[in-house]
Amino acid sequence: MSINTDMAVQVAAIIQVAEKVKRFRLVRVDGLPLPVFSGGAHIVVSMLDGDLLRRNPYSLMSSPTDQTAYEISVLQVEKSRGGSAFLHEKLNVGDKLTISQPLNLFPCDVRGRKHIFMAGGIGITPFMAMMDQMTRESSNFELHYAMRDRKHGAYWQELQQRYAAHRVKIYFDVEKLFIPTDAILANQPLGTHLYVCGPSGMIDGVLNKATALGWPKQNLHSERFLAPLPGDIFKAELKRSKKTITVGTHQSILEAVEAAGIDAPYLCRGGACGQCETSVLGCEGIIEHNDIFLEPEDKASGKTIMICVSRVKGQAITLDL
Amino acid sequence: MLVQGIKSRPVYTGLAIDLQARRHLFALEGEGIEALLDQVKAVGAQFLETSDILCVGKLPDVKAEYMWSAPTIPVLLNRLNVNLINAKMGTRLYLSGTEGFIGQAMKIALDQNIDFNSIRTEHRGSTARRVQCVHCKGITDDVKTSPFTCAHCGLNLLVRDHYSRRLAAFQGVCIDAEQPGTAPAPVVMFP
Ligand code: FES
Repeated sequence: MSINTDMAVQVAAIIQVAEKVKRFRLVRVDGLPLPVFSGGAHIVVSMLDGDLLRRNPYSLMSSPTDQTAYEISVLQVEKSRGGSAFLHEKLNVGDKLTISQPLNLFPCDVRGRKHIFMAGGIGITPFMAMMDQMTRESSNFELHYAMRDRKHGAYWQELQQRYAAHRVKIYFDVEKLFIPTDAILANQPLGTHLYVCGPSGMIDGVLNKATALGWPKQNLHSERFLAPLPGDIFKAELKRSKKTITVGTHQSILEAVEAAGIDAPYLCRGGACGQCETSVLGCEGIIEHNDIFLEPEDKASGKTIMICVSRVKGQAITLDL
Repeated sequence: MLVQGIKSRPVYTGLAIDLQARRHLFALEGEGIEALLDQVKAVGAQFLETSDILCVGKLPDVKAEYMWSAPTIPVLLNRLNVNLINAKMGTRLYLSGTEGFIGQAMKIALDQNIDFNSIRTEHRGSTARRVQCVHCKGITDDVKTSPFTCAHCGLNLLVRDHYSRRLAAFQGVCIDAEQPGTAPAPVVMFP
């Protein structure tokens, strides 16, 4: 980014909270208070893994008004591109990282009469900050939280204790307990907002049901962080920077651009915000659009690409960058 | 005389029945019932089976699941408020009539936490405006000219396109503050 507002932080604690889930507590190196954020916000964590710079977005899950530390929870994923593996296996207490300012692409609509949160697995994290905020604002909310099983599920005991079982409902796949989405969505007072965070399939399923039950899009909110998908190696010619770079199998165009020392705009790094949209000046191959930001017409036009998650199947692409 | 080009001026994009909605709630006034009849022509009458229609005055000549006629706008607004409190998600709200009516019904909906973008509106009938005097805060209904005389404090007010959803009114500002009595003659702008 052109204005650097990044903050240097240090890992103050690492806690294993469930099978494959660790919580990281980050404090500022300079000892200053961290900015207050709003529930649903995320930060981009920059980590130096050897000589490789990784930047991943993580939802903030600590209390939005706690300025002493930020907390994130990270799931160790099987086919990790490295971010989660690095945090789980290599990061130690006392290590330094760089984080961005908090940014909220998943805010609560405070005008809502009632708020329903639906979380799948690690998708619980933004809701933890939201529920903290809503409790302080005395807003009416309930959480429906689906997990694989009791061992892999994070925080459900604490959440039920803190907010009571009638507001925190839990479901475990292995016990054949599933969120009764239809029944929930069919019986909400007008003015209710729905928020979904979890695996893509779950988000699509819930949003489609809500739409079919007549929920207007203004009341539907979701967040998914898409990790850039791997693919074939290709070349990217950056017209304005007069450089041609190679995008590796496990690299996004944005990461390759940054590795070449060029500053490109981004916010979410997950194909959701639209900030990294770049004009395509030419393409030898097919653009694989992996984002959820562009409209189908834009994708079909081949004139624009979200460089944080999308790539090219073919030889090369020329970008206005 | 009118101050235009202000972003807050509402736009009414038409009733367009949302066939995915499970219930349809209509609040209609005056020629607003024509907008409903046009929808019946456009998409058929089936949606009326799951519709509640609240009207000021005469009811449209259709068969809906529920129809109710209110003698005046304030009575209708009261009823609308109760309907919205009891309504479930999946209910779509449709408003049609004069701007002043749409604005006041919209305000009731906003107070019930409904996102205004999800409300379908169609302007029918007179273009007369509901204007708030920014000086005494009194609201004058049915304003047809600009400038006009505030019904409360008597100042000569210029009507602006500056609209407040919270108040359901356009803003009127004194046009001859420097030299009282020099206001231009009123021109009919909102017949
Ligand atoms: S950075 Fe948000 S869409 Fe690419």
